Amino acid sequence: MTLARSLMDKLWDAHEVLRRADGTSLLWVDRHLVHEGSHHGFAKLAARNMALAAPELTFGVVDHYAPTRAGDVAPDIRRMIQTLGDNARAAGIRLFDLHDPEQGIVHVIGPEQGLTLPGLLINCGDSHTSTHGAFGALAFGVGATEVTHILATQTVWQKRPKTLQITFDGALGAGVTAKDMALHWIAALGADGAQGFAVEYAGAAVRALSMEGRMTLCNLSIEGGARMGMIAPDDVTFAYLKGRPFAPVGAAWDAAVADWRQLHSDGDAVFDRHVSIDASTIAPTVTWGTSPEDALPITGHVPRADGGKDIGATLDYMGLDAGMALTQIAIDQVFIGSCTNGRIEDLRMAAKVLAGRQAVVPGLVSPGSALVKKQAEDEGLAQIFVQAGLEWAGAGCSMCVGMNGDLVDAGKRCASSTNRNFKGRQGRGARTHLMSPAMVAAAALTGHLTDVRPLLEGRI
Amino acid sequence: MSGWQTLTGSAITLPEANIDTDQLIPARFMSQPRSAGYGGFLLYDARQANPDHPLDRYAAKVLVAGRNFGSGSSREAAVYALVDYGIRAVFAPSFGDIFAGNAVNNGLLTAQIDDDVAAFLVATMAGNAAAAQIDLGTGRATIAGQDIGFDLDPVRRQKLINGWDDIDMTAQYSDQITTFRAAHFAAHPWAMPAT
Repeated sequence: MTLARSLMDKLWDAHEVLRRADGTSLLWVDRHLVHEGSHHGFAKLAARNMALAAPELTFGVVDHYAPTRAGDVAPDIRRMIQTLGDNARAAGIRLFDLHDPEQGIVHVIGPEQGLTLPGLLINCGDSHTSTHGAFGALAFGVGATEVTHILATQTVWQKRPKTLQITFDGALGAGVTAKDMALHWIAALGADGAQGFAVEYAGAAVRALSMEGRMTLCNLSIEGGARMGMIAPDDVTFAYLKGRPFAPVGAAWDAAVADWRQLHSDGDAVFDRHVSIDASTIAPTVTWGTSPEDALPITGHVPRADGGKDIGATLDYMGLDAGMALTQIAIDQVFIGSCTNGRIEDLRMAAKVLAGRQAVVPGLVSPGSALVKKQAEDEGLAQIFVQAGLEWAGAGCSMCVGMNGDLVDAGKRCASSTNRNFKGRQGRGARTHLMSPAMVAAAALTGHLTDVRPLLEGRI
Repeated sequence: MSGWQTLTGSAITLPEANIDTDQLIPARFMSQPRSAGYGGFLLYDARQANPDHPLDRYAAKVLVAGRNFGSGSSREAAVYALVDYGIRAVFAPSFGDIFAGNAVNNGLLTAQIDDDVAAFLVATMAGNAAAAQIDLGTGRATIAGQDIGFDLDPVRRQKLINGWDDIDMTAQYSDQITTFRAAHFAAHPWAMPAT
């Protein structure tokens, strides 16, 4: 009799080169994705006079500093992009450079190119690497020292995490999305609620999600403290991947799918923790504070107190009064994009809300990749954004992290489809409210946080 | 990197919960090479907003912080900023997972303490600095006269004490890695990128 295993156990076991007596595993890395921020890793490698162990498994992407608008590029931004190019060429790795037709955010183009596959171990020096777990991959973010180690050895030292299964039973209501599922569980468990755990998402509402929705859900695992999130692959996964440039073809594809069908938690697998959520109870959800755990249904009010947590400083920073209705919060601008919500389905949903209507605040829409941009233009979505009064920009991390100069000014309030409402995240003194792309579109139309559901009636 | 077992220095408190990596080092400083020195970037915006910030009043080596310290991005620059400033240990009820991994790779101790211990220290120190002594060998510290036990993964404890370098350590397993790689791709040929 073999022991029942979780999806995480199966993925871990398939990549464990060895386990030391102290319990730490050395894991084989199938894909290593690097970006401009990986310059510390390349510099450390050069300082040791070492070469890449597996350039054929390493891929470079320009995203964090990618300019998304026409105009002059600041010298330090140009230098960051140039440095990645220099490092990639010297190492002989495939680079998705700034003007590559397939350029985009690393967590958008990995799946788009079929570099992300079920059963792989994927690392990147970025915490939102958890996104790729949507395909049934073991995917997690690493720091610069670990990036150096992977470049040098194609392996990573890790301690096996505990397992947390979050089951979403039932069905989501109309206008409620994967973003709302994620903010909902993070608010319930806390921003450190899943620390030390790998999360597996399961249940009917997860199965019903598209790959885009699954990526949004797994992407936000780190905001609940989990380094990795994952979903067992199924026919939805395989249909998304078939024919992608780096995906297997022919007999190799058939063999792959046969292997991938084994990648699910056994029926009697035991998890260290289980949380069950009724998806039908989830409303469109927004954040009011400076941590993703500060999230509430749009029908709620800014809290007066939050358990033992002192929220006075948070409300000061956010410029909010305790007890005010969330729908009374007036915004200055909106942003749609990022590795969380910059995919085609996100843009379609926002466009459904905006079509034939006018935004009353300015806003920026940055597609997650150049291919998403092209598709959105072909489908007429870009035109809807522009006609609504929003700016249609190029692909990159853009205003989620502001490294490329797309910033929210101090004291300004932005309704944003991104992943972090941290102090200063979108710019020094910027005030961020996280929500789904549809909810961002609704806020753009009214100038304040707004329940999108009435605005979607007859449109979905 | 050299290891360490005992430390003596000043401790200060940063009692807020969720001091994330974007606060520890705002993104706009991250295009700097490490040789520039990251200490001045540490909690830059918070220090600008508060000229009386404890980091500028004291030369601290030890922080006592709120829960979920170092949550957020994988930027190791957050650890560089702490270390370059002179911080060698952070005591908090919980830490961001990636941050804690980055910390040990740079000789920075992330010591987990109970919520009530953190709250007690914050109340006792009342915004001032206090003397701190840490012993990694025994897993105990004295801060503001209080004897405190802390949790630290034994693997991380050994790494901090010995100053181990992972790449050097992995070199001894290079034959096993080569063997694994061959077997892995033989069993899962689809795992190689197709083009």
